[in-house]
Amino acid sequence: MMEFSTWDILRNLLLAARWTVLLSLVSFVGGGLLGVALLFLRIGRGALGRRFAKGYIELLQSTPLLMQLFLAFFGLGLFGIDVPAWLAAGAALILWTAAFLAEIWRGCVDAVAKGQWEASSSLGMGYVQQMRHVILPQALRVAVPPTVGFSVQVVKGTALTSIIGFVELSKAGTVVTNATFQPFTVYGLVALIYFALCWPLSKSSQILERKLHVAHRHH
Amino acid sequence: MTYRFDFSWLLTYWPVLVKGAAITVQLILVGALLGVALGIACAWVRSLGPRWLRPVAGAYVELIRNTPFLIQLFFIFFGLPSLGVQMSELQAANLAMIVNLGAYSGEIIRAGIEATPRGQFEAGASLAMTRFETFRHVVLLPALQRIWPALSSQVVIVMLGSAVVSQIAAEDLTFSANFIQSRTFRAFETYFVSTAFYLALALALRQALRGVGNALFARRAAP
Repeated sequence: MMEFSTWDILRNLLLAARWTVLLSLVSFVGGGLLGVALLFLRIGRGALGRRFAKGYIELLQSTPLLMQLFLAFFGLGLFGIDVPAWLAAGAALILWTAAFLAEIWRGCVDAVAKGQWEASSSLGMGYVQQMRHVILPQALRVAVPPTVGFSVQVVKGTALTSIIGFVELSKAGTVVTNATFQPFTVYGLVALIYFALCWPLSKSSQILERKLHVAHRHH
Repeated sequence: MTYRFDFSWLLTYWPVLVKGAAITVQLILVGALLGVALGIACAWVRSLGPRWLRPVAGAYVELIRNTPFLIQLFFIFFGLPSLGVQMSELQAANLAMIVNLGAYSGEIIRAGIEATPRGQFEAGASLAMTRFETFRHVVLLPALQRIWPALSSQVVIVMLGSAVVSQIAAEDLTFSANFIQSRTFRAFETYFVSTAFYLALALALRQALRGVGNALFARRAAP
């Protein structure tokens, strides 16, 4: 039987972690773009768009990500395409991320004081101008810490894609465990790598939030 | 698209789904009760507890919040037996959910405790209550009331996250879905129906938590 050193294990896990990072980036950027579109539907003037966005967000926040992954994996297959795991994983994570980001950002737009809307409309600004020059710049400041914080959820969410067969850090952990019979070491290392990816994001989100609070107190 | 949807398997297999859903409900009941209890303990240590214990609780919270639930589950179920800790699938699933919710709710409840006005502690001390008695009788309930909405959403998130316990063969709702799917080859329909089950569970859980909140805080005015 072949012997595996801890370094062998770690090297293989780190190689697989590249895919976790890549998938996280794709999901976060894709989900962010879709999230902006949803946000504008959600806070827009059209009643139909608002209702659609609200329903979409509620649906995706009230069902397990794992089920969404399964549905994307088997649902895309219904169209007769052969669905590779990365495609289903990316699609489901983008849809899921968009729902959460849109809801976070809606909260940030709501957090802008009512008077700002009234003041800008009293200056004769239209809806688009109000958004562009008054509301969004202020909402953006509030939005940064929770958005960075949510990126942690995205990184952790990618772990589920191992279940539909996408080979990233978690899947590599299972594969390496099956080869080495050292689950304690392997899953411990996997957890540490995730921690190394997520902790800096959590910390910077906290620091950003504290800075923002200090800035607010000076008003 | 030439695919024809077929839900006829539901006639035969619905008891399997119901049984799985019952396990999921059992998991979240135990997980929520003990997880929030652990969270309260953790929040107490971090904001009022002995100084030497604070970094320990802090490390626990950071470690759990920055690693995926799936890996925590695998570590508990596959990793711990090498230290001589053996568990059934359901016990491991329960433990993982308790540990996970303990960390998240600990952080949420801590925010509630830290929003307590100083005067409340001083009032407790002036009535000759110990620090723990003040916490237990004066601080805790209003703190929970303050953060109840956030805590409720976290419980729902943990319930939805529990779908992955099927990966260690705990026989929850997702496990039932996988089983049916492997028998009927109706993957999309099976997951569609089980997703609807989860949706119903999430809505019911949210409603139940609102009810529990109303009962717990009934005699108190809003903060």
